[in-house]
Amino acid sequence: MTHMDKADLLGLYRQMLLIRRFEEKSAEMYALAKIAGFLHLYIGEEAIAVGAIAALRPDDYAISAYRDHGHCLARGSDPNKVMAELFGKATGLCQGKGGSMHLVDLSKRFMGGYAIVGGHIPLATGLAFTTKYQKQDLVTVCFFGEGAVPSGQAHEAFNLAALWKLPVIFICENNRYGMGTPVQRAVALYENVAEAARSYGIAAERVDGMDVLAVRSLMHRVVDQVRAGHGPFFIEAMTYRFMGHSMADPSHGHYRSKDEVEEHRKRDPLTLLRETMLSQARCDEADFKQLEREIGEVVTAAVKFADESPFPDPASLYADVMVED
Amino acid sequence: MLLSYREALNQAMREEMRRDPRIFLIGEEVGYYQGAFKVTKGFVEEFGPQRVVDTPITEAGFTGLAIGAAMAGLHPIVELMTMNFGIVALDQIVNNAAKIRYMSGGQLSVPLVIRGPGSAAHQLGAQHSQSLEAWFCHVPGLKVVAPATPHDAKGLLKSAIRDKNPVIFIEAQLLYGTKGEVTEGDYTIPLGQAEVKRTGADVTVVAYSKMLLVALEAAEQLSREGVDVEVIDPRTLKPLDLDTIVTSVKKTGRLVIVEEGWRFCGLGAQIAESIYSAAFDSLDGPIIRVTGEDVPIPYSRPLEDAAIPDVPRVVAAVKTVCGVA
Repeated sequence: MTHMDKADLLGLYRQMLLIRRFEEKSAEMYALAKIAGFLHLYIGEEAIAVGAIAALRPDDYAISAYRDHGHCLARGSDPNKVMAELFGKATGLCQGKGGSMHLVDLSKRFMGGYAIVGGHIPLATGLAFTTKYQKQDLVTVCFFGEGAVPSGQAHEAFNLAALWKLPVIFICENNRYGMGTPVQRAVALYENVAEAARSYGIAAERVDGMDVLAVRSLMHRVVDQVRAGHGPFFIEAMTYRFMGHSMADPSHGHYRSKDEVEEHRKRDPLTLLRETMLSQARCDEADFKQLEREIGEVVTAAVKFADESPFPDPASLYADVMVED
Repeated sequence: MLLSYREALNQAMREEMRRDPRIFLIGEEVGYYQGAFKVTKGFVEEFGPQRVVDTPITEAGFTGLAIGAAMAGLHPIVELMTMNFGIVALDQIVNNAAKIRYMSGGQLSVPLVIRGPGSAAHQLGAQHSQSLEAWFCHVPGLKVVAPATPHDAKGLLKSAIRDKNPVIFIEAQLLYGTKGEVTEGDYTIPLGQAEVKRTGADVTVVAYSKMLLVALEAAEQLSREGVDVEVIDPRTLKPLDLDTIVTSVKKTGRLVIVEEGWRFCGLGAQIAESIYSAAFDSLDGPIIRVTGEDVPIPYSRPLEDAAIPDVPRVVAAVKTVCGVA
């Protein structure tokens, strides 16, 4: 039997593990009141960000909603700066002015997390409009939850993207709940939310969002197609949010059962990849121990960096309200 | 050169688009229809449909697209068929355009002009007659411009297009056909600079957009009755050139503010507060505001007339503030 590329899979696993451990640590820091405001964890959904972004070039654009830590880290942002932003520190990606829901890292072409549901989807069409206008062969990837699909702004954006054949890939992370409302109570065509995009003539496919290799493989195909100028694409990635909607919401809440959560946890994207690596890529326990150690150090360092960083000077309050000439 | 307000706007955009290929125009009917009010006459013929982009009737969608394009380096001019339709795009304007610079800690910027006619015209009914400038002025991160003359319209629109911030540029349907002397060739008028449109010694009247014409007519009438009125047009509503108004009030000791918008929380309330803070001791009496009435603008002619400031009301206010019967 042919074996899979061990280094490649270790790379993917490493990124997913980074997001997982980073967010577990964020939750701890939230409990310690080091992080305030809203904190929406991506735990359970890591395979989508990592698989999708692995298929991009560094100069492609990515943009996300408010559950954005995973996308930002997968894009390669410095975990120290991300954690410092969550802590509201001057050394954060956005100098403490954005916070968890509004991470931006222009150096990684991560154009931000946005917290009005559906509101960033038109922005993604604008990024794609620009690359097409400038005749660059770049794609834009736009992440959002299934809760954004019925929003008017999503539909306006789908229509514009299809009308003008914009090089944008819409990735719907269908984690089955918009806050506490299950998709079947929010989206008329809940069994196939991609119909929302198909109704505008946008090609769409569903993928197992717990399988990072499936996500990446689909994305490679889709990115090539979109980059070649064949217009937008919609991916519905089936996933599940293991934690609450935010830290204000207990992990299963009143709207879903503990059993349901446990059932989905059996298909943890990290576990799935790990099993593949053990059985098909000559990985062993030592490899995972080594990765755990490395990532543990990265996350510990991020917390230390964030904790020791200064808060922004109140004198910076008015900085960057406007671009000054 | 004698030009209409409409022609002045057309020239400003045409000259800017010739200068900078990053500038494009987007909106409903801006291309082949030549603009709902013919402001973009000849544009699609000169610049082509790639830079003069007709859109579906989806203000949130195309305004969001333009914001995304600005984030990626283009300089969009969004034409709203009327500013009333900006309400449909308000999420994009307030939550994205105005905040992206700040939330990103200065990494991103949104060089964008959103322009179109505000205020009442001839009996257009409640949904097409609103003066919404106070809404936009309330939001940190936006600049707001409302020129009254063709010369100001051209110079200010050029500055707005060259500005690195989102600028709301409010025209008026009843001004499009008005004519005035316009300097030939390229010139700009800096944003944030008021102009004394008529010098006088007895009382200062602040008025902008088409209320400037009302104020000037009132001043003319009052001069025949021996009242010497100074008329100031702020031209840019935000940032407001307070110094010019303060200088005038220190000379005249009296201030009347005219605006077509609703009285409650109107822009004049803010200007009055600023003058009370900056020049209270120079005032001989309370500031008087002449405003639109706090009603949806009615259709019927006598009712519409009753809702909007006119020359007699400005004359009466000036006489009151001057203590003349």
